[in-house]
Amino acid sequence: MKILVCISKTPDTTSKISFTDNNSKFNSDKVQFIINPYDEWYALVRAIEMKEQAGATVTIMNVGSADCDAIIRKALAIGGDDAVRIDAEPDDAFFVADQVAQFSKSEQYDIIMLGKETIDYNGSQVGGMIAGLLDIPFVSLASKMDIAGNIASLERDISGGRELLTVQTPFVISASKGMAEARIPNMRGIMAARTKPIKVLPPFPSEKLTSVKKYDLPKEKAGPRMINADQPEELVALLHNEAKVI
Amino acid sequence: MSVLVFVEASEGKFKKSAFEAATYGVKVGTLLGVETHALCIDEAAESELKSLGDYGISKVWYVNDSRLRNFDPLVYAKVITQAEAQTNADVLVLIQSYSGKAIAPVLAAKLRAGLVSGAIDLPVLEGNSFLVKKNVFSGKAFATYEMHSAKKIISLMSNSIAPEKKPIDATVAAFKPELEDSDFRVTVKEVVKASGTISLSDAEIVVSGGRGLKGPENWGMVEEMAGILGAATACSRPVADIHWRPHTEHVGQTGVAIRPNLYIAIGISGAIQHLAGVNGSKVMVVINKDPEAPFFKAADYGIVGDAFEVVPKLNEAFRKFKAGN
Ligand SMILES: Cc1cc2nc3c(=O)[nH]c(=O)nc-3n(C[C@H](O)[C@H](O)[C@H](O)COP(=O)(O)OP(=O)(O)OC[C@H]3O[C@@H](n4cnc5c(N)ncnc54)[C@H](O)[C@@H]3O)c2cc1C
Repeated sequence: MKILVCISKTPDTTSKISFTDNNSKFNSDKVQFIINPYDEWYALVRAIEMKEQAGATVTIMNVGSADCDAIIRKALAIGGDDAVRIDAEPDDAFFVADQVAQFSKSEQYDIIMLGKETIDYNGSQVGGMIAGLLDIPFVSLASKMDIAGNIASLERDISGGRELLTVQTPFVISASKGMAEARIPNMRGIMAARTKPIKVLPPFPSEKLTSVKKYDLPKEKAGPRMINADQPEELVALLHNEAKVI
Repeated sequence: MSVLVFVEASEGKFKKSAFEAATYGVKVGTLLGVETHALCIDEAAESELKSLGDYGISKVWYVNDSRLRNFDPLVYAKVITQAEAQTNADVLVLIQSYSGKAIAPVLAAKLRAGLVSGAIDLPVLEGNSFLVKKNVFSGKAFATYEMHSAKKIISLMSNSIAPEKKPIDATVAAFKPELEDSDFRVTVKEVVKASGTISLSDAEIVVSGGRGLKGPENWGMVEEMAGILGAATACSRPVADIHWRPHTEHVGQTGVAIRPNLYIAIGISGAIQHLAGVNGSKVMVVINKDPEAPFFKAADYGIVGDAFEVVPKLNEAFRKFKAGN
């Protein structure tokens, strides 16, 4: 079985977010970058578990510049076998998905996995776009996956509940909580990752359909109005008369 | 040219988010000077379909095909693509629900259309630029996207725009998609309905508990408050991690991002990752025994006190208020 796990580079969750160039660019100064947590904790770890249980090769895929090599090495340390980096700026979801789709056409992966969204642009776009471009099933927001032969059983969140389904390979899944537990790479994994291959490819011809024109930060709040713990009626009155939310 | 809105119904009734999407779509239609149509794949009676006219939708297309009772984003996207061709739509609007999140990107790939997912405001036309604003960095900032493609897809965050009446007499028409058996590649074994509870992302009021509540047995008073207010319940990440509450209730940067009108946080410290998913809320109330808890800085109203004393009293006050209104 061949599994492709797509990872993206995001600011650490504790990062203070700011912008430069007249609010048109993300300020990466002093920001620590990590593997997008959904890609790492759920998609990658589940892929590694499947490799341990049933045997599989796990290829790490990233669209990004050379400064993504650190997170790719970490993914290899967690257990990926090899990696491919498409050397391009990942600043439009369609462009990124098109790169992955064009690359994977010739490779015939059984499962393409990624996290349900990135914690920076919160798009939830790339997985569905890959599936659309390759015209293979897309199991979105999957919280469970088991596979026997070429049939996978999955659980996914849908509007109003959960769907339990089976699907034949090849397919794309976006992984959410429940899929696996986060793992910390061990020393052996870190050592092994140093010699695993990262193949760097030039981008395939494609197009960018969106771009960010500018950023804004939310307005700072003035500070809360404090209410005495013995006077809950006052809070109720304020929520009704002042905030008008009840 | 037209605008096409994809609306979701559950148990024959439109959700509030369907009216939000309709209102949004009609406003985009007005901006572009075109009609706005809606498409519904879920089961709904004719009168319910027609009610979208109250919000200014001129034509409501419905699909009656039992093969579509189960959700599959590729099949749904195929239906919507065909409806898009029939209505000659240049802008498609969906809700950023669990289903919308899955359909929109497939649709974008099929139509080679730019997609802004999780839009929080109406598009703005600036010269030749079509601009749409959304939350980024999990609520820590906003980004205004420019969409370069001829076809455009916007999936709207629920609770971003209030449904607005603009009654017209909508026509209701059947839409018959062309589907082959080979399109149905996913076999649905079971659908587990989350019935009875209010869905977190649609809820106008959310009551949320953190580790300060000490254990799952203490959630009675949280559920009681939610019951009185007609609210959904949520929790911080550690609470879901230690299985006090189901993971679907976990809000924050790595959980569900929500933007209710009112968010009440009980025994939650207000870590940056928690705030990221909730600071789109219009009003936030924080109840914490530690006056230094970081959450107070983000709050609109705060009570310093022991949740086990404050919450029962507050529930009493909410109940009195509800009885009098
Ligand atoms: C990569 C990453 C991602 C994360 N993503 C998320 C996320 O998506 N969502 C999220 O919530 N967290 C997330 N976290 C965790 C986050 O950093 C915090 O650890 C977490 O939010 C704390 O949860 P809490 O407020 O319930 O618990 P605590 O921080 O333990 O706070 C408990 C609070 O309860 C108060 N308290 C205690 N007893 C009482 C009482 N009797 N009455 C009233 N108040 C009381 C305390 O004063 C304290 O403020 C993430 C962390 C990391 C590293």
